Amino acid sequence: MNYEISLLTTMAISVMFALSLNLITGFCGQISLGHAAFQGVGAYAAALLAKAGWPFLATLPVSMLLAGALGVIVGLASLRVRADFLAITTMGVVFLFVGVVRQQDVLGGELGISGIPDHGLGKAGFMVVALLACAAVAALSVYIKRTWMGRVFNGIAEDEDTMRVLSIDVPRYKLAAFALGTALAGLSGAFYAYHLQFIGADNFGFVESITVLSMVVFGGIGSVPGVVIAAALLSVLPAWFQVIGDYKLLVYGGLLFLMMRFSPGGMAALARRFFNPVTPQGGRT
Amino acid sequence: MLFVELIAQGLVQGSIYALIALGLTLVYGLLRILHVAHAALFTLGAYVGVLACNASGSLTVAFVCAALVAGLAGVTMYRLAYQPLLAQPPFVALIASIGLFIAAEEAFRIVFGAQGLSFSDPPLQGQVTLGSALQFKQAEIMVMVGTAVIIGVLAWLQTRTRVGVACQATVSDPQMAESFGISLRQVRDINFFVGSALAGFAGVWVALLNNLVEPTMGSVPSYKALAIIVLGGLGSIPGTLAASLVLGVVEAFGTIYLGQLLDRNAIAFAFLIAVLMIRPQGLFARR
Repeated sequence: MNYEISLLTTMAISVMFALSLNLITGFCGQISLGHAAFQGVGAYAAALLAKAGWPFLATLPVSMLLAGALGVIVGLASLRVRADFLAITTMGVVFLFVGVVRQQDVLGGELGISGIPDHGLGKAGFMVVALLACAAVAALSVYIKRTWMGRVFNGIAEDEDTMRVLSIDVPRYKLAAFALGTALAGLSGAFYAYHLQFIGADNFGFVESITVLSMVVFGGIGSVPGVVIAAALLSVLPAWFQVIGDYKLLVYGGLLFLMMRFSPGGMAALARRFFNPVTPQGGRT
Repeated sequence: MLFVELIAQGLVQGSIYALIALGLTLVYGLLRILHVAHAALFTLGAYVGVLACNASGSLTVAFVCAALVAGLAGVTMYRLAYQPLLAQPPFVALIASIGLFIAAEEAFRIVFGAQGLSFSDPPLQGQVTLGSALQFKQAEIMVMVGTAVIIGVLAWLQTRTRVGVACQATVSDPQMAESFGISLRQVRDINFFVGSALAGFAGVWVALLNNLVEPTMGSVPSYKALAIIVLGGLGSIPGTLAASLVLGVVEAFGTIYLGQLLDRNAIAFAFLIAVLMIRPQGLFARR
């Protein structure tokens, strides 16, 4: 039972993390190759505060705030560079994060931070809180999608210049997307730190950023249910893949490639095609 | 003296970066795809080079084999993976490329083993002393000279031959080029072949310098080369060249003077971000 509880908690954290990236990349169309850095900020903040004696729930808002603050800074960069340049800049952010954390003794350096205090909720209790937080993030995503802000995000993703012509304050909305998305990533990071009770810089590197991006893309960029299912699946895949052990990454990379090659809209597009086979396919323009 | 030594080290590293990044620029200029899997061809070239050298005993054979195999693999990759995705938004090809790269790294590990391979009789390991105290490996000198020669030949081909001019025309305006009778398909094949062959070449050089090839040797170049082409202004060949050398030197100095604060990758990316904030279009953009 312990194993299942741990697996479900991992799943909830991954889904939260993927949904937070979906806000930036899926809704607002700003590609990020460095999202793990923000989860890292949240995790490190929670870990340090926990060691200083703060209670679990009190660390959550601080983690979100710090991650969101860094997110706004990177968001400011996104105002200056676009598309491919932004992708590479965000990739730089994650390398900077790892590089800085590794060299700071306060942050545990190469060894990371171990012995993070218990959350005091019990394993099952923690799982429930994680699942609730995850559901809240999903609900927030669905809600945002329906608001005016969500529509503006969609417009920016589709055609930024047109939105400017419509006299919409594009920079402000982009910053909002970054602030929200990165704060939620910080939230998932706090859960991550409490769940594993050990964190190191390498838990929040480039590979992790790519993994979470692949969850979003795999699910269908912008689709909340798609991303939830994809993140849940891909986060437990390694555990189920013990059978093929050695070939795990080969299968993972292969799946990612095949999905993009044959269904660039991800699982959401596959499902749409399955349920409405007659409707013409979009995206092939 | 340390100053000169660091510059020299930086230039050696920069030459390797240049060979890898040039191929990437060729691809980017043509297709606007961030081709992460380029680094897989670099690793492939290194493996082929070591195997060929160990089998034949000749470094020339190793280079020819590595360039040919990497080049052909690159064209195959383009045909199977990228061509069908050209109409999609750019991140689709990017994710596909990342998937391809992850799978390729694993495939190398499964086929060739995790420990890596090395030359049974490593060539060009002698020391050369330049000036009073500058010490180089023969291989390091060859890397710099080799890169300079390759780039010279490439520049000549680009500006003085029909095919090269066709490539340039396609980069600047594909539709116009096509209406003048240039086969886009052919130009793309050629660019992928040449770019990938350069990556294969670079793979052999790195194998020579470290006397080791590993399945994961492509992971650092995969993102470093992306940073370089962005620094060089995406798609500009002279820009890429300059950015490679500059980054090599910045890293060499950075690891000495900022090593306490940041590691090598972080220095490279801190430099990149700083440049992009001042010049969002890259150091040497044409537009």
